[in-house]
Amino acid sequence: MIELENVSYGFGGTPLFSGLSLSLEPGSFHFLTGPSGAGKTTLLRLCYADLQADQGQVRLFDQDSARLGRDAVAMTRRRIGVVHQNCAFLDHLTISENIALPLTVADRAAEAAGNLPELLAWVGLTAQSSQFPPELSGGERQRAALARAVIMSPDVIIADEPTGNVDWEMSQRLMTLLVELNRMGKAVLIATHDLTMIRAMKAEVSARVLRLKDGQLVQAGAEL
Amino acid sequence: MRAVIDLIVGDPQADRAVPHTGITARLTVFVTGVMAFLAVLVLALSMTAGRVADRWADELAQAATLRLPADAGEAAVARALEILRTTPGVATARTLNDAEQQALLDPWLGGDLSLDTLPIPKLIEIVADAPPYDVDGLRARFAAELPAAVLDDHAGWRAPLLKAAARLRLVAGMVTLLIGAALIATIILAAQASLAANLQVIRVLRLVGARDIYIARAFVRRFTLRAGLGAVLGVVFGVVVLQFVPGGDAPGSFLSEIGFQGAGWLWPLVIPLIAAIVAFAATRAAALARLKEQT
Repeated sequence: MIELENVSYGFGGTPLFSGLSLSLEPGSFHFLTGPSGAGKTTLLRLCYADLQADQGQVRLFDQDSARLGRDAVAMTRRRIGVVHQNCAFLDHLTISENIALPLTVADRAAEAAGNLPELLAWVGLTAQSSQFPPELSGGERQRAALARAVIMSPDVIIADEPTGNVDWEMSQRLMTLLVELNRMGKAVLIATHDLTMIRAMKAEVSARVLRLKDGQLVQAGAEL
Repeated sequence: MRAVIDLIVGDPQADRAVPHTGITARLTVFVTGVMAFLAVLVLALSMTAGRVADRWADELAQAATLRLPADAGEAAVARALEILRTTPGVATARTLNDAEQQALLDPWLGGDLSLDTLPIPKLIEIVADAPPYDVDGLRARFAAELPAAVLDDHAGWRAPLLKAAARLRLVAGMVTLLIGAALIATIILAAQASLAANLQVIRVLRLVGARDIYIARAFVRRFTLRAGLGAVLGVVFGVVVLQFVPGGDAPGSFLSEIGFQGAGWLWPLVIPLIAAIVAFAATRAAALARLKEQT
């Protein structure tokens, strides 16, 4: 579904990584780890066409990312659910409306009536559905972001430090939700520097752990 | 028509995606209102000037004067009247009496002057019929039969009037174009400011798969309706102000005629439509160009 082949990317002439390859297959589960500044977020952004590679090829659903028009990028993003550490919401909309936003922008708002209650219950936000984002805690916002990412039933879930702002218990809860999605056949790619959480989740899901360091992407070894 | 209804009604869900920006909204309505108000005044002045100039020119074109020397005898006057009566296209021809001549001279020489003391030429007023007489042919006939008679068809008065009216229309057209250009610039600036203020909103919308046209549509619809509303308010205010312009002291004077007449009333009605179309096109172009700059 998402393939990176010999991809290089840099900022202002300084290469961040080069010759990097990655393939996300249906039902796969990947953790992406590495030190701060290694390029984890940049790599994720390449995966949903928010950035274009300097060299190499990024293929999203069998299409070259560099050749996608703006409308095609938008259509592709509907197939990729993204969760950020600092999840951005539209603060003037309620949590329900924010979660339903992907359906709204796809002119499928009518479907929200059927999906939303179930989704809110799944992430435990039924009681908060009519609240506004600034009124929610960090964990609630993360769960709302996850609900928004999956409401279109995407093929791939990409999460950038989804547990960065929440306590251990909430981290576990969020990860459990992501594992559930993976069991439904979604490919999941999670960038995190929380090795403890990765170790804990490896017992529950068959995941590949990739480490991005010094511009190279390698399979994590025995330290995990 | 369906597209216009869709634009006005909009998609409430989509419309809510972009928050209302208070100051930009109010400024757009205010500026568009002022522009529409100015446009109404300029158009009213232009149309009034054109109308008055046309009427004066028509009146001057209908009437002509035959001037005979002061020492011309009754026979010459009678011959001139006879020529005029037999000329096709002449409706009436009559000699101005002393009182009428006195009235013509009053503004220049005062009312207490006796005409007997001055060599006042004899004047014959000619009113044209439809179709009018052949001026050159009549002038040639007088040259042959009464060489001292001078036919004045007022062409020398009409030409500058018509020229002034044409210039006034040109100036009004240019001012209207400038108003339109200022309106376009204002709306583009307001749309750009609104887009910049909503950068985070746009990022979120793009992240969840919104196409550029979807994002642009929310801004376009909003600015189109604001411009339309502002223009309606400006036009209403302009028309009300025109009703209170003090009239001149004489019926038919320029001031008493300022405003729209007949089909001219279509112009103030069209201004909000034009403002809305301008806002639609300007916002759409600005929004799509701005969105293209953003990833």
